[in-house]
Amino acid sequence: MATSHQRPPRATVGSHRVEEEMFGRVFDGRVVRRIWAFVSPYRLKVAIAVIAVLVFTGTQVVIPLIIRDAIDNGIVTGGEAALTRAVLLFALVILINFGASFVQENVVGQTAENVLFDIREAMFSHLQRVSMSFMDKTEVGRLMSRLQGDVNSMQEFLETSVLSVGDIVLLFGIVASMLWLDVRLGLLTISVLPILFLVRVFWLPRARKAFMAAHEANSVANGALAEAIHGVRAVQNMNREDVNLALYTEKAETNLQAHLTAARYAQVMVPIVDTLTGLAMAFVIVVGGSMVLGQTLEVGVMVAFLFYIQRFFDPIRSLTMQYSVMQRAMASGQRLTEVLDIEVTIRDKEDAFALTRDTEGSIEFRGVTFGYDPAHPVLKDVTFRVNPGETVAIVGPTGSGKSSAMALVNRFYDVQQGQVLVGGHDVRDVTQRSLGRHIAMVLQEPYLFTGTVFENIRYNVVDASEEDVVNAAKAVGAHDFIAALPEGYGTLLGERGGSLSLGQRQLLSFARALVADAQILVLDEATASVDSYTEMKIQTALKRLLQDRTGLVIAHRLATIRNADRIIVLRDGQIVEQGTHDELIAQGGLYAGLYRMNHTSFDDALDTGL
Amino acid sequence: MTALSQQNSSPAGDRAAGPRSIRPHGSAGTLLRITRIAFQKPWWVAIAFASTLVAATLQLMIPIILGTAVDQTQDALAAVDGGRGALLKTAALLFVMAALRGVFTTLQNYYAEAVGHTVGYQLRRAYYAKVQELDFSFHDKVHSGDLITLGMLDLEGVRMFFSTGIVRLLLLSTLIGVGGYILIGTDPVLALAALSFVPFVGWRSSVTRLRLRATWLRLQERLSVLSRVMEENLAGIRVVRAFAAQSLEMEKFRTASLSALELARERVGIRVRNTSAMTFSFFAAMGLVLWIGGHKVIAGEISVGTLASFLTFMTILQMPVRQLGMLVNSFARASTCGSRLFDFLDFEVPIREVPGAPALVLSEGRLRFEDVSFTYPGTERPVLRDVSFEARRGETIGLVGPPGSGKSSLVHLIPRFYDVTGGRITIDGQDIRDISLRSLRQAVAVVQQDVFLFTTTLENNIAYANPWAREKQVERASESARLHDYILNLPGGYRTVVGERGVSLSGGQRQRVSIARTLMLDPSILVFDDSTTALDANTERSIRKSMRENAANRVTVIIAHRLSSLMDADRILVLDDGRIVEEGSHAELLALCGRYRALHDLQVGNDAPTGGTR
Repeated sequence: MATSHQRPPRATVGSHRVEEEMFGRVFDGRVVRRIWAFVSPYRLKVAIAVIAVLVFTGTQVVIPLIIRDAIDNGIVTGGEAALTRAVLLFALVILINFGASFVQENVVGQTAENVLFDIREAMFSHLQRVSMSFMDKTEVGRLMSRLQGDVNSMQEFLETSVLSVGDIVLLFGIVASMLWLDVRLGLLTISVLPILFLVRVFWLPRARKAFMAAHEANSVANGALAEAIHGVRAVQNMNREDVNLALYTEKAETNLQAHLTAARYAQVMVPIVDTLTGLAMAFVIVVGGSMVLGQTLEVGVMVAFLFYIQRFFDPIRSLTMQYSVMQRAMASGQRLTEVLDIEVTIRDKEDAFALTRDTEGSIEFRGVTFGYDPAHPVLKDVTFRVNPGETVAIVGPTGSGKSSAMALVNRFYDVQQGQVLVGGHDVRDVTQRSLGRHIAMVLQEPYLFTGTVFENIRYNVVDASEEDVVNAAKAVGAHDFIAALPEGYGTLLGERGGSLSLGQRQLLSFARALVADAQILVLDEATASVDSYTEMKIQTALKRLLQDRTGLVIAHRLATIRNADRIIVLRDGQIVEQGTHDELIAQGGLYAGLYRMNHTSFDDALDTGL
Repeated sequence: MTALSQQNSSPAGDRAAGPRSIRPHGSAGTLLRITRIAFQKPWWVAIAFASTLVAATLQLMIPIILGTAVDQTQDALAAVDGGRGALLKTAALLFVMAALRGVFTTLQNYYAEAVGHTVGYQLRRAYYAKVQELDFSFHDKVHSGDLITLGMLDLEGVRMFFSTGIVRLLLLSTLIGVGGYILIGTDPVLALAALSFVPFVGWRSSVTRLRLRATWLRLQERLSVLSRVMEENLAGIRVVRAFAAQSLEMEKFRTASLSALELARERVGIRVRNTSAMTFSFFAAMGLVLWIGGHKVIAGEISVGTLASFLTFMTILQMPVRQLGMLVNSFARASTCGSRLFDFLDFEVPIREVPGAPALVLSEGRLRFEDVSFTYPGTERPVLRDVSFEARRGETIGLVGPPGSGKSSLVHLIPRFYDVTGGRITIDGQDIRDISLRSLRQAVAVVQQDVFLFTTTLENNIAYANPWAREKQVERASESARLHDYILNLPGGYRTVVGERGVSLSGGQRQRVSIARTLMLDPSILVFDDSTTALDANTERSIRKSMRENAANRVTVIIAHRLSSLMDADRILVLDDGRIVEEGSHAELLALCGRYRALHDLQVGNDAPTGGTR
C-alpha cells in the first residue's frame, strides 16, 4: 500500500458518546427533598453524626488553645501544676476527639452506604413495574449508568455534605479563636484568606475545564481500546492493525497532553497556598513577635497562631472541592429523580382477581385497536379467538402487528380500544402475576441468564424439582446436549448463554416454557435460519410444547404454519385472511400464493413478494 | 522501548494462552521494569527527584525557623535593642522558604505525574499493539472483559507507581529520616517522644491499606455480580415480565445487593477504626512532648522555641507517616498489576511471520490443503484430520456438514487465524507459514459468521479494509452486496453512523455490510463462513449472482447449511467429524445416496410440502 504513510481519509478507531451533563446547580431543592426521603429513615443517625462532627471539630479548635495555656501558664512561668493541668486537659480532649472521630466516620460511612443501596433498590424495584413502552425506548446502558454512576455520586455527596458542616465549623472556629486570642493579630492573619478565596474562584472553572478534558480524553482512548478488543477478529481479518495503531497513538497522545495540562492546573495552586501560608506566618512573627517583645502578647498565643495558620487553609480547600461534588450530585440526583418518577401506567386494579389453574386457556381479541403512539395504531379493530387446546399461527410481514398482538396477551401494554380476554376475563381485571403464570412465553431471541442450566430451565418455578427440569429437557430434546456439557445441568452458562449455539439456546427456552406449565403458550418463532439437524429438533420440540395447550404462535416457518389448527394472516394491523391451511389454499388468496412460492421463510416472501 | 519488549518472563506452552497467563505473581523484577520505563524520561525523573529532596528539606526548615522566631521573642536583651530587626529577618526567611517549598513541591508533583503519564502512554501503545497481534486462539480463551480490565485498571496501577510509589518513597524517607535526625540531634529524649507515633501509625496504616485493598477487590467482584443481575434483568425485561418473575428477580437483586452492602460496611469499619486510632496515637505523642518538653523548658534544658519547633515538626510529619500505608499499597498494586500486564505484553504469539518472510506471489491462484490436521490449542481432540483438496482460480467450493464437523475451523486456517497442527496449506505452491501475514491476509478474506460493526459511518465500515478507497469503490462493493439502495434510503446515506452506539441494523443488513467490506479487499480467496443465514432467499440469490460475476478471478469457498446456497458450487465437500467424507458436484452427490442426499432429503422434508427444491 503505497499511500500508507498518509492518514487514511476513511478511518477512525473507537467512538465517543457525548458525556452527560456532569455538573448541575449547587443546590436543587426538589432533588434534595427527594434524596432526603431516603435519608430520613436514618435521621437519628444523621443527628448523631452531626453532633459528633461538631464535637470533633471543637476538639481540633481547642487543642492549640490548650498548648497556649500550657506554654503561657505553665512552661514560661515555671508553673508545674498549671502544666500538669494543661496536659491532663489535653489528654481528656484527645480522648473525646478519638471517640467523636470514631462515631462520626462510622455513622457517616455506614449511613451513606445504606442510603446508597436503598436508593438503588428503590430504582430497581420501580423499573420492574414501569411500562414496557418506557423500557422499549430506553437503552439498558443508560439505565445502568443511573443505577451505578449516578447512585455512586450520591454516596460521595452524602459523605461530604456532613463533612462540609465540619469544615465550615472548623473555619469559623479557627477564625473565632484567633480573634478571641488577639483581635489585631487575628484580623491581620485572616486578611490573607480573601486572597486565597479569590484565587480559587478564579482558578476553579479553568481547572475544572482542564480536568474534564483529561477525563474525556481518557474515555476516548479507553473506548478505542475496548473496540480493538471486541473487534479484534474483524481487525485481523481486514488487515487494519497498522492503521489502527497509528490512529490509536494519536488518541493516546491527546490523552497524554490533556493529562499534562490538567496536572499543571492541579499543581499551580500549591505554591500559592504555600506562599500565603508563609505570608501569614511572617505576619505573626513580625507583628506578634514584636508584641511579645513589647510584653503586650504572651508567647503561647503566638505559638497557637502558628498552629492555626497551618490548619486554616485545609477547610477552604476541601470546601471548594465539595462545591464540585455538590454540583455533580445535583446533576445525578436530577437523573435519579427522573427514573423514580416514571409513571407506572399498568397496575393491578384494586379488585383484580387471580387466574387459577382451572381457568380455561382461551385467548380472545375483541375489536382491539392499539398503537405505541395512539395516533398511529399498529393493530386496527382486530377480533379473533383461540379456543382452549387450539394452536393458531399468526403470519404477516414485518411491521404487520404480530409482535404487538403477542405483547397484548401478556398485558405488556394496554389497548386503546376493545378488549383482550384470557380465559374469558379482560386482562385488565386480573392480577399481572397470575396472568404471567397462566401464560408461558417464548421470545424470538432466546434469552438466558447467567447461572446454571438447571436454574435457567426452572427460572420462575423455584419449587421445580430436578426431575421436572430433566423431564422438560427430555421432552424438548435438549437433554442429550445438556448431559454432554462439562457439568451437565449444573454447567454455568456465561453471558447470555454465549457458550451455546443458537439452536441449543432455543431448546432451553422451550424447556423453560414447558416447566412453567401454563395453560397458554405464546411463542414468537426465531427468524434466523439454523442448520437442518437443529431445525428438525426444534420442530419436534415445538410439537411437544404445543401438545395439550392453547398456542398462539407467530410463525415464520412453513412447517410450523402447516401444523397449526388455524392461520391468521395479518397485514398492516388488520386480519386479511383466517382459516385452516386447506381453507386458505382453497380460497386462493394471499396465503395460497405464498404457499405456492415455496419459500423457506414466510416472512421473506411477504416482504419481497406479492 | 527495550523495557517494554523484553522477553525474559514470557510463559511458554499452550496453557499460558488461557486466562492463567494474566494471573498475578508480583516480584521485584516487575517494579524494576516499571522504573526502567520511567527512566526513559531521564531529565524529568531527575527534576522530580531533585525537587522532592529540595522540597522536603525546605519543609523541614520551617519548624526550625519558627522555633528561632519564638526564641527571639523571649530574648530579654534583644527587647531592648534590635529585636524587631531580627524578627523581620526571620520572618522574611520563613516567607521565602515557604514560597520556595511551594514551587519545588509543584515541580516534584508535576514531573512525577508527567513521568507517570508518559509511562502510561508507552504502555497503552504497547498494549494496544499486543491486543491486535494476539491470535484467535488467545482471544478465544481470554474473556474480553478481562482484557479491558487489564488494559485499563491494571495499566493504571502500573502508571501510578512512579508518582505514588517511587517519588513518595523518596519524600517520606527524607522527611522521616532527615526530620528524625534533626530532632534526635536537638534532644534525643524529646525526639523519641515526638517520633513515638511513627512506628505505630506507619504499621497501622500499612496493614489497613493492604486489608482495604484485599476487601476492595472482593467488593468489586460482588458489585460486578450485582451489576450483572441488574443488567440481565433490564436487558431481559420481557422474559421477566412474561414469566411474572419480578419477585424472583427482586430476590436475586437483594441477595447480590446485601452481600455487597455488607462488605462495603465492613470496609467502612476497617477504615474508621484505623483513622481514629492513628489520630489518637499522634495526639498522644504530642501530649507526651508537651509534658516532657514543658518540664525541660522549666528546668532550663531547652528553650520555648525548641519546644514549639518540636510540636511543629510533628504536625509536618503527621501526614507523610499516615501516607506510609498508601506507599505500601502502591507497591503492592504495581507489583501485581505489573506482573499481569508484563506477562501479557511478553506473551509470545504463536502465529507470526518468519523474520524477513517474503510477500505472497500469486500466479495461477491455486489453493491446496495437503493432509491438513488441526487441533485447537489446549484441547485433545482433532477437529480436522488429513484434509486434502485443491481449488483453482474461478472455482467455487461448497462446504457442508453437521454442526461441529470442522467447517469453520477449516476456513479459519487459510488466513492463519490458527495454524495447522499437521500437513500444510499452500497458495501457488508457497506454504502460508513462509510468507508475510500481511500479504496473506490481503489475499484471503473471510466473511465472518458474527458481524462486528465498528461504531462509525457505513462508509467507513465498508471501507474498513481499505480506508484509502474512493467513494466509487465503496459504492461498488455495497452494490455487489445489495446494500447500496438501502443505504441511499437512509436519511444520512453513507454517513449514517452504525454499530453499538449508532443506528442498529438488522441481522441481514449487518451480514450485507460484512460482505461489502470483505469485497473491498478484492481477495484472491474469498470465504463465506455461514454468513448469509439472516438474508432472505431473494437477496441471497441476488448477491450470489453478483458474486458469480467476479468469481473468475478468485477461489470462492462457501459454508452454508441451506443447500440452496450451494447451487453455484463447482464442487461440494461434505465434512463429518473433521474428515471429508464425500466430494463432488450437487448432482453427483445426490446420485451417491450418501450423507449429502440424506441432508438434502431432510431439508426438503422440513420446508417444502411437495418435495422439491427449486
